[in-house]
Amino acid sequence: MSDFFFIGLPYGSIVIMVIGTIYRYRSSQFGYSSLSSQFLESNNLYKGIRPFHWGIIFLFFGHLVAFLFPRSVLIWNGDILRLLIIEITAFGFGLLTLWGLIILIIRRVQTKRIHAVTSRMDVVVYIILLVQVITGLFSAYLYRWGTSWFASVMSPYLKSLFIFSPDTAALQAMPLWVQIHVVSAFTMLALIPFTRFVHILVYPLLYFFRSYQRVVWNWDKNKIRNSSKMNVGKPPENN
Amino acid sequence: MVFHLDKCIGCHTCSIACKNIWTDRKGAEYMWWNNVETKPGTGYPTKWEDQKIYKGGWEKKGNSVDLIGAGKTKGMSRIFHNPNLPVMNNYYEPWTYKYSYLFDAPEGDDQPVARTISLVTGEPIDVKAGPNWDDDLGGSIDYARQDVNMETLTEAEKQAMFQLERMVMFYLPRICNHCLNPSCVASCPSGAIYKRGEDGIVLINQKRCRAWRMCITACPYKKSYYNWNTGKSEKCILCFPRVETGQAPACMHTCVGRIRYLGVMLYDADRIKEIASCDTGDLIERQLEIYLDPFDPVIIAAAKKNGIADSTIDAAQKSPVYKFVKKWGIALPLHPEFRTLPNLFYVPPLLPTMASTSGGLYDSTTDSLWGKAEDTRLPLRYLASLFTAGDTEKIKEVLRKLQAVRLHRRAVTVGDLDKKETEEAMKRSNLDSEMADAIFRLTSLAKFEQRFVIPDAHREEAIEMIENTGDVKGDAGFGFLSKPNRGL
Ligand code: SF4
Ligand code: SF4
Repeated sequence: MSDFFFIGLPYGSIVIMVIGTIYRYRSSQFGYSSLSSQFLESNNLYKGIRPFHWGIIFLFFGHLVAFLFPRSVLIWNGDILRLLIIEITAFGFGLLTLWGLIILIIRRVQTKRIHAVTSRMDVVVYIILLVQVITGLFSAYLYRWGTSWFASVMSPYLKSLFIFSPDTAALQAMPLWVQIHVVSAFTMLALIPFTRFVHILVYPLLYFFRSYQRVVWNWDKNKIRNSSKMNVGKPPENN
Repeated sequence: MVFHLDKCIGCHTCSIACKNIWTDRKGAEYMWWNNVETKPGTGYPTKWEDQKIYKGGWEKKGNSVDLIGAGKTKGMSRIFHNPNLPVMNNYYEPWTYKYSYLFDAPEGDDQPVARTISLVTGEPIDVKAGPNWDDDLGGSIDYARQDVNMETLTEAEKQAMFQLERMVMFYLPRICNHCLNPSCVASCPSGAIYKRGEDGIVLINQKRCRAWRMCITACPYKKSYYNWNTGKSEKCILCFPRVETGQAPACMHTCVGRIRYLGVMLYDADRIKEIASCDTGDLIERQLEIYLDPFDPVIIAAAKKNGIADSTIDAAQKSPVYKFVKKWGIALPLHPEFRTLPNLFYVPPLLPTMASTSGGLYDSTTDSLWGKAEDTRLPLRYLASLFTAGDTEKIKEVLRKLQAVRLHRRAVTVGDLDKKETEEAMKRSNLDSEMADAIFRLTSLAKFEQRFVIPDAHREEAIEMIENTGDVKGDAGFGFLSKPNRGL
């Protein structure tokens, strides 16, 4: 059973995510959207969406850093003051995320206009996010200190997954809260291609590097007016 | 594009033609890619011109320009929630009627009525606004008096505008301006919006739009709209499938007042940035500089070198837009101070001169046929705020020219005017009788082919040179055959 949750699920999720997003990108890119509903309701969105996003982005990168540099984290935590700072900040961002999420859920339930654009998958998204954030907060609150045991237990586990020799012994010894947190995290990964989560993958990083204006020619008349290239061209990219 | 405002009768045929073809879909009901506003009025969406609210367009920053409310830093830091985004209530909540109630209502003392039903929630609503709620100055206390362009007027001028005898209004039809320096394109983080090189049409790639909603804030004309159902932004496409096949866009084709003109303008794209960043007072003058003389041999040679087809150069020479804008100088861009260098020009309305009441009688006689340009019923400063970024001299110059043409035509057809006066008016506006006649003819008598000079798009070459024609035989439409379903 634990093999299924801690080995099968992670690998399955990653495969589903990769194949699913690529397939969906190629078959119906039209569906790739953040599906913003700000146009229908703006005020409550403001209160919820900023805390939620800033919170979850901080937590994501926090997890990432602890995964990539577990030793540095442990060294940092060697000093009690620094440990407290990082723990409290992380917990604060966790609360921020939860706060935002709750406001967003209330908004979605209360606002009639939003009902018109709520799909079944949106409900799934809210549930899984709620599970994720709450289990995370409980793990951090009940079992101290999260940053330290993450670095010493979770990082080796995740690393073992990445090098294809999964070692789940340490994780199996962890409390249930933590185990649920892990399972729901991987489930979330698998859900990416089937939900509005896809917008994370199309974050417009390139915007920062391109010039503001964009002109598209259907064909470069000077280059392409050349019959020797008759059959090697490619279809226009603008639609 | 040129819209001749004196000829617009405010019939909204253009809006309906557009709606029926392009925006008659779920999520797009509230969009009017073409809309007709009554001026003075607050327009659609409400107060769209007030960039203190919506933060659209560009602002001058030193020798350059920057987006006011979007862009790489401002836009991206507000990507989760964009405080300057117009929301549905700034437009209106689209509705339909519950017609079945007319048949199903139980017998009673009253006539059954078809209730209004929201097209978003499906529930009964009280309609509070529509796309032309203030049509013909309806509810002018709430709407016309809130017009942003009145800010520059004196209290007395404002009062005068709303005296019953002097009430004045005109229609302002608006579509996307397909700007030279489009702020919508610049604001789009995903790079979904682009300007087509061949004909300058600005389009949103529906597959690349990710609903970051920046273009809606960035367009100062509010001509990019958010489809709340599909989660994609949409805008006027200048009926490109029609233009590519030599037909006029639907709004222009159907225009009852025949106010619309479409034609090719050659321009120097390398100068766009420089011109968009010049001083506000010079904006119009400098924008006109960018459009090149299609008869100049040097320019023809340069155009050919850049691969512009002979048919396009020919169309540029016959372009009615070139005549109105460059040759005659009687068409002006709407709100040039937004610095997007809009490609839609308006011939300002030559509203009748002031009337007065004396002894309770309405008196509209003036000494001469027209009176002075300064005396138009609409304060010059109001028109200047719309069309010349506040420069009243410029608007006066255009109004005088339009008046001179009419004086000349009256002298020709009726012949009851003082010859000297007419000649003086013509001279002051640098008009000769030939040019005045030409303006008159293109304004009043122009046939379809003169109003719309659309060059061959040479799509046949586009296909041949890019792909093997055999591969695409049997394909039709926009290359997008699946249903535009909302993402999961
Ligand atoms: S008017 Fe059209 S081209 Fe210009 S900024 Fe607005 S949407 Fe873009
Ligand atoms: S169809 Fe022509 S005349 Fe009628 S409202 Fe539109 S622009 Fe004006």
